[in-house]
Amino acid sequence: MDIVIIGNSAAMVGAVEAIRKHDKTSNITVISDEKYHVYSRPLISYYLADTVTEEKMAYRSKDFYQKNNVKTILGTKAVSVDENKKTVILENGDLVKYDKLLIATGGKPFIPPIDGLDKKNIQTFIKLDEAKKLKSSIKPNSKAVIVGGGLIGFKAAEGLHALGADVTIVELADRILSTILDNESASIVTKRLLKDGIKIKVGTTIDKIVGEDYVKEVHLKNGEVLPTDILIFAIGVTPNTDVVKGTSIKINRGILVDRNMKTNVDDVYAAGDVAEGFDMLLNSNRVVPIWPNAYIQGETAGLNMIGIENTTNGIFPMNSIGYKDTYIITAGIINPPDESYDVMVKADLDKNTYKKIVLKENNIVGFILINDVDRAGIYTGLIREKIDVTPFRNQLLKDDFGYINFPKDLRKSKMLGQEVR
Amino acid sequence: MSLNYLTPEFKVLRDYDRCINCKVCMRQCANEVHSYDEDLDKMIADDYKCVNCQRCVVMCPTHALTIIKHPQVFRENANWTYDAIRDIYRQAETGGVLLSAMGNDRPYPIYWDKMVINASQVTNPSIDPLREPMELKIFIGRKPDKIELDENLNVKTKMPPQLKLNFPIMFSAMSYGSISYNAHASLARAAKELGIYYNTGEGGLHKDFRKYGENTIVQVASGRFGVDREYLKTAAAVEIKIGQGAKPGIGGHLPGEKVSEDISETRMIPVGSDAISPAPHHDIYSIEDLSQLIYSLKEATDYKKPVGVKIAAVNNVAAIASGIARAGADYIAIDGFRGGTGAAPKRIRDNVGIPIEFAIASVDSRLRSEGIRHTISLVAAGSIRNSADIIKAIALGADAVYIGSAALIAIGCHMCQQCNTGKCNWGIATQDPNLVKRLNPEIGYKRLINLITAWGHEIQEMLGGMGINDIESLKGNRLMLRGIGMTQKELDILGILAAGE
Amino acid sequence: MKKVYAKEEVCVGCKLCEVYCITSHSKYKDVLKAYKLDSTRPAPRIIIEEERPISFSLQCRHCDDAPCVKACITGAMQKDPETGVVTCDTDKCVGCWTCVLVCSFGAIVRDLNNKIASKCDLCAETGEPACVKNCPNEALVFTEGGI
Ligand SMILES: Cc1cc2nc3c(=O)[nH]c(=O)nc-3n(C[C@H](O)[C@H](O)[C@H](O)COP(=O)(O)OP(=O)(O)OC[C@H]3O[C@@H](n4cnc5c(N)ncnc54)[C@H](O)[C@@H]3O)c2cc1C
Ligand code: SF4
Ligand code: SF4
Ligand code: SF4
Ligand code: SF4
Repeated sequence: MDIVIIGNSAAMVGAVEAIRKHDKTSNITVISDEKYHVYSRPLISYYLADTVTEEKMAYRSKDFYQKNNVKTILGTKAVSVDENKKTVILENGDLVKYDKLLIATGGKPFIPPIDGLDKKNIQTFIKLDEAKKLKSSIKPNSKAVIVGGGLIGFKAAEGLHALGADVTIVELADRILSTILDNESASIVTKRLLKDGIKIKVGTTIDKIVGEDYVKEVHLKNGEVLPTDILIFAIGVTPNTDVVKGTSIKINRGILVDRNMKTNVDDVYAAGDVAEGFDMLLNSNRVVPIWPNAYIQGETAGLNMIGIENTTNGIFPMNSIGYKDTYIITAGIINPPDESYDVMVKADLDKNTYKKIVLKENNIVGFILINDVDRAGIYTGLIREKIDVTPFRNQLLKDDFGYINFPKDLRKSKMLGQEVR
Repeated sequence: MSLNYLTPEFKVLRDYDRCINCKVCMRQCANEVHSYDEDLDKMIADDYKCVNCQRCVVMCPTHALTIIKHPQVFRENANWTYDAIRDIYRQAETGGVLLSAMGNDRPYPIYWDKMVINASQVTNPSIDPLREPMELKIFIGRKPDKIELDENLNVKTKMPPQLKLNFPIMFSAMSYGSISYNAHASLARAAKELGIYYNTGEGGLHKDFRKYGENTIVQVASGRFGVDREYLKTAAAVEIKIGQGAKPGIGGHLPGEKVSEDISETRMIPVGSDAISPAPHHDIYSIEDLSQLIYSLKEATDYKKPVGVKIAAVNNVAAIASGIARAGADYIAIDGFRGGTGAAPKRIRDNVGIPIEFAIASVDSRLRSEGIRHTISLVAAGSIRNSADIIKAIALGADAVYIGSAALIAIGCHMCQQCNTGKCNWGIATQDPNLVKRLNPEIGYKRLINLITAWGHEIQEMLGGMGINDIESLKGNRLMLRGIGMTQKELDILGILAAGE
Repeated sequence: MKKVYAKEEVCVGCKLCEVYCITSHSKYKDVLKAYKLDSTRPAPRIIIEEERPISFSLQCRHCDDAPCVKACITGAMQKDPETGVVTCDTDKCVGCWTCVLVCSFGAIVRDLNNKIASKCDLCAETGEPACVKNCPNEALVFTEGGI
C-alpha cells in the first residue's frame, strides 16, 4: 500500500509512528515544502531567543525517516490533489500516487488586506525560515511591531525582547491572549510584560503602513503612530487548505473530518491544524490548532489508514505558555458563553496567582491557571474523562488539590490500577 | 501557671553539618519537638517536649540526631535523687497521681541475672540441635492424674482441653485500646504463623481478628468488656484476669476520648464513655466465687477450652495459686512486678508486687508439695527479656512464658514509657490514626516471627548444651540453675544451689 | 510492566522517598552531598499528598498511552518501546510544561532550578526505585500489574 502524507510536522509523526507500530511494509512518502528534517514548530520562538539551537529543534532523531522506512520529498510543494486518480501533483509537475492520503498541511498565517504589504521588513512567524530571517534582521533596540497578541504574537514578543528589540504588541481585543485568558488573568500577564518594557496596545489595530521600500512607521486605528523597523503579522493562523481547493473534499474553516480523521472522500484523511475535527467540549467540529492535538489526530488517521479502527478522544483546546517566570496553563471553555456554567475563582493578585475553573453541571469544562500551574493535568484529566466532580467540588481550588481529594475508590482505581467496584 | 520548675529531661543534639533541613524529624515527632525556623533557615528543637522515643533519630536520613540525657544536674544527693525531686515538682504543679507506663523501672535486683545455666561436659554429652531432634512443643492445660492405655497402646484417658504451643512462648494480654489495631494485627498474625497464642487483653476482640480465633486467648476481666458468647466461642482459651503485675490491686481506666467508634464496638460500650475496670471482680470475693466463674466459662464453651486465671505476683502468691488450681483453672498466669502496662500509677508500678522469679519458684514448689502441680499449667510473665530468661523461668517451674514488652520492642517500642499519653510515635500504644499507620502489620508480624524463631534457636542451643532434648524435661529442673550473688534465703526460695555447689 | 504502587494505609508521610529520589538523581549519589554540594540539585520526581491521616506518594504511572509523550512539543518525552518507561530527555526539554498540562496524574514536576520537566524514571540508572528501597514502612511496592 502507498501512503502519502503532505506535511512534515506533528501530525505526520503521529501518523508514521502509529502506522509503523503495526505495519512495517507499506510505503510511506512524506511531502513538504519546508526543506528541514522534522522540527518542533513551537520552538521557533526559542530559536529566535537563542535558548535553543537549530540542531536541538529536531522533533525526532536524525534517523527518524530511515528507521521508519519513510521516503521524503522535502522542499517541494504539493499543488493539488486528484482524488479520482488518487494522485498528488507537485509543483515540479511530478505526480505521486497514493492508496491512502493524509493531508497534514497545518496552518498558514492570516494577513489582513491592507496597503503596503509589499514592504521588505514585513513578515509572519510560523516557520523556521521566518525565524531565521527575523533573527538576522533584528538588532538591539530595533523597533518591532507585532500585530496580534495571540499565542504566536506573544511568543514572538518574548523572542524579540530577548534579542534586545523594543517590542510593541498591537491587539484588537481588549486584552492579550484573548482566546485563552479572561480579563483578570490577562492583566497579570500584561503586568509582567510591561515590567520588561514590552508595550501593549489593546483595543486597536493597524490602519496604515507608511514607508518606501521599508516600513518606517505604522499608524494605528486609534491614531497612534509607531516608528517601526520590523513589522510582524501574527493575527492568526488559518487552516492551510490550499492543496485541496477545487476538489470534492469538504472544507468549512478547515478540512472536515469525522472521528476517524477521514474526510468525506474515501482514502483521504486530514489531521492537525488543517483539520476541523470533533471537539468533545463543544460537541461539534472545530479547528484546534495545537501541537498535542496534531500528534493525536495524526495517530488516529494513521491507524485508520491501515485499517485499524480508532477514534480521537479528548480533543479540546489547551495551552501551556509562559513568559519568563510567568506561567500560563489553560484548557477548554474559559469564558462561559451563558448562565448554564458555574465559575470558581481564586486569585491572589499580590502573588500574581490566579485559578479559575469553569464547570457545566457536574463536570469541569475549562480552567485558567496563572503561575500556580503545578499538577494542572489533574484538571485536564477530569475534563477529558468527564469525571463527576460533585464529591470534591469544593476542594477544586485548594492550593494542593490532588488525588487525595478524590473519593477513595476513584483514587485507587487510578493509582493502583484497580477496578472501581 | 507560674514558673515551671521542671527542666528538660532530654537534649536533642543536631549535627548541623549533617542536617539537610528535610524536615523528616519534624513530620515524625508527634510531640512537636522539631520545627523549621525560616529566619534562621535551620531546624530547631524544643528539648522540653522530647520523650526520647528516638523516632526522629532512626528516621533522619543523615543520622544528624542524637538524643542525650539532659546534662542538667541537681546538687548530688543520694537521698533526694533526680526523680524524687522532679516527681514532687510535677505533683506540686498538677495535684495529681503520677502516671507512668511500661514496667517498673526501679533498680531492684534482677534475679534472672543472678542465675546461671548448666551445661553438660563429658559424662552427659550435650546434644547438637542442628543434628538431632529437639522438642520445643508444649501443652498448656490440666493433665490427668494418670494415663490409661488400651491394648494398642493408644491413650484411653480422656484428655482435658489443651493449648498446643510450638514454642513455650505466648504474647501476653494487651488490650485493643491500650495498643493499636495494627499492633493487634501484628501479634495475631504472628501467633498464627508461629503456632502460638496471643491474648486480647480486657478490651474485647475486634471483629477483623476473629479469623485468628484458633490462636487467640480472650480475657474476661472485671469490666467484662467485649464479652459475649461469640467472643468465648471464637477463642482457643479463656483467661480470667484478676490482676496485673504493673498494678496489683488496681483497676484500669481507659479515658472516654480514646473510646472511638471501633473501640466502642469491640468493647461493647458507648463511644466516648470511660472504660472503667473495677479493682476487683464484683462477683469474686473468694476462691469459691472464682470457681463459679471458671465453671460458668467452661459451661459456656462446652468444656472444650482451657480456662486460665491471671494474677499479679504478690506476697501470698503460692497459696492463691493453690486455690486457683483447686478452683478448677486449667492454667495460671502469674505476672511479676516488672510487668508492663499501658498506664499505671507510678507509685504502684514501682512499689507493689514481687519479682516473678520468686513467684514461679514458690508456686511450683507449693503445688508440687500439694501433689497438684499436674492439675494446672503455670505461665510466667513480667519482663521476660530474652531466651535465657525463658530457660530460667522454665527451669524454675514454669510451663511457658508470656511476653509483652519484648514483643512490643520487636515491633518498634523504644521504651520511652509514654504509652499513657497516647502519642506513641511508633504506632503501638496509640489510637491516633496518624500514628497507628506507622506500624505496618506486614512488617510487624514478620519481626515478631523473627524474634520468636531466633529465641527458639537459642533455647534449643541451651537445651542441647544441658543434654536435654525436650523442653518438657527442663520444667522445674532447678538443678540446671545456680545462683550468683544471692543470699542463702533467696537461694532457698528459688530452690537452687549457689554457683560452685 | 513493573510500576511503583503506593499503599496509603501505611504511608506515614515522612517524605523520605522524596529525599532519596533527589539523591538518586543528583550527580552525587549520597544524601549529604546531594543536599549540601549539588548546585543543580534535581527536584523530587515524587509527590507526597497528605491530608492527615491519609498520605501517599504518587509518581509517573508510565501510562500505556502516555499523553505527555504525545503532547511534548520537543520530542523530549519518550516512552521506551522495550521497557515502557517514560523518560524526559533533559537535553531536549525546554520547560514549556505542556506535559504538565496533559498528565492527568499531575505526576510531572517542574524543576524550576534547572528549567526541565522532572519525572519518575523508575531510577533507570540504578534499576531499583530509590523511593521503594528507602521507604521505612513498605508503603511503596515495585511490582507488575497493580496491587
Ligand atoms: C510560533 C509558534 C509557537 C507555537 N507554540 C505552540 C505551543 O507552545 N504549544 C502548542 O501546542 N502549539 C504551538 N503552536 C502550534 C503548533 O505548532 C501547531 O499546532 C502544530 O505545528 C500543527 O502541526 P501540523 O502537523 O498540523 O502542521 P504544521 O506544523 O503547521 O506543519 C505543516 C507542514 O506542512 C507543510 N505544508 C503545508 N502546505 C504544504 C503543501 N501544499 N505542500 C507541501 N508541504 C506543505 C508546511 O510547510 C509545514 O511544514 C505554535 C505555533 C507557532 C507558529
Ligand atoms: S531529619 Fe535529620 S536531616 Fe532532616 S531535618 Fe531532621 S535532623 Fe535535619
Ligand atoms: S520525642 Fe521522640 S521523635 Fe520527638 S524529638 Fe524526642 S526522640 Fe525525637
Ligand atoms: S517514604 Fe514511604 S512512608 Fe514516607 S512518605 Fe514516602 S511513601 Fe510515605
Ligand atoms: S516541559 Fe519538556 S518534556 Fe514537558 S512537554 Fe515541554 S519540552 Fe516536553
